Amino acid sequence: MIRRAQRHLGFFAALGHRLSGLFLALFLPAHFLVLGLALEGDAALEGAIRWSDQPLVKMAEWGLVVLLTLHLSFGLRVLVLEFMPWRDSRKAMIGLGAAASLVVGLLFLFNLG
Amino acid sequence: MTDETLTVEIWRGKDTGRFETYQVPHRKSQTILDVVTWIQRNREPALAYRFACRVGMCGSCAMTVNGRPRWTCRTHVSKIVGSGGVRIEPLRNLPRIKDLVTDMTPFFEKWQAARGRFEPSATRSEPMASIPSDDPERRIVDAGIECINCGVCHAACDVVTWNPDYVGPAALNRAWTLANDQRDGDRAGVLKAVSEVGGCHACHTHGSCVEHCPVGLNPTAGIAGLKRMTLSALLKGSLS
Repeated sequence: MIRRAQRHLGFFAALGHRLSGLFLALFLPAHFLVLGLALEGDAALEGAIRWSDQPLVKMAEWGLVVLLTLHLSFGLRVLVLEFMPWRDSRKAMIGLGAAASLVVGLLFLFNLG
Repeated sequence: MTDETLTVEIWRGKDTGRFETYQVPHRKSQTILDVVTWIQRNREPALAYRFACRVGMCGSCAMTVNGRPRWTCRTHVSKIVGSGGVRIEPLRNLPRIKDLVTDMTPFFEKWQAARGRFEPSATRSEPMASIPSDDPERRIVDAGIECINCGVCHAACDVVTWNPDYVGPAALNRAWTLANDQRDGDRAGVLKAVSEVGGCHACHTHGSCVEHCPVGLNPTAGIAGLKRMTLSALLKGSLS
């Protein structure tokens, strides 16, 4: 449960960073499994790639791309916070990270069409 | 809540207890501390709470109000009451003594653990240190020096809740001001103290401290500064 005192941008950014990391960690075994199909010959890998062309899988892929950008930008934010001299730009960095995810997500969607 | 009456729930007891409900007259420019004082004087003489200056200087009246840590003497009822009432509890992350009073001992022990005390570099018979007000280090100190030790940031911090060793944002903010104070005689000692387990590197940078600080300080920035200073000291070999 998110307490009232936690309902602010900094907490949600930290939560977004961690949850996106968790989802990406769950995806990675499947990713490596599919890549491993190449060892069994090109037909097996080709089959998996064809399967991933389904609309639902493409939508999941879109989610994955958004999560990846979110994780990357919020991770970079932490590095900036830890290593760069800053004072009042904390929320701007969060906004920038969220906007980057949105833009990359939209680009992915346009690319699908 | 009607126009004239506030419904106020107050925690009674220690770790176990219950919320008691009171009807309090709603007045113009009324603060949460006014509400608690009215209840203590008119309804519940045994109600325990702490305050001193009533003007946001002493930092002794902080409580949890509708789920958020706040300084109650400067929190106007009209700003926090929407359609509901007011629920007042003691601060989180500190041992409870009775009702709204918490034991601040661990809070100040953590100040000591972060070496939050000034170590003089001169005696009183020597001339006073002359530091220009526009000196970069002095400006850093000035930005963090106005802490009133209310414990609001300590109560708001998630890492303080999760990690009993973590000294917390108030202690680290104090350490940050000392690490930049040219008059302090043991600035390396400050960096060493905050590099220990539970020091600045335990901070997760959620920013709850800066979000809730009633006097508008930015402990998160200070803690990040300590992280950079300690890393630099480590690389220079001056941390051991």
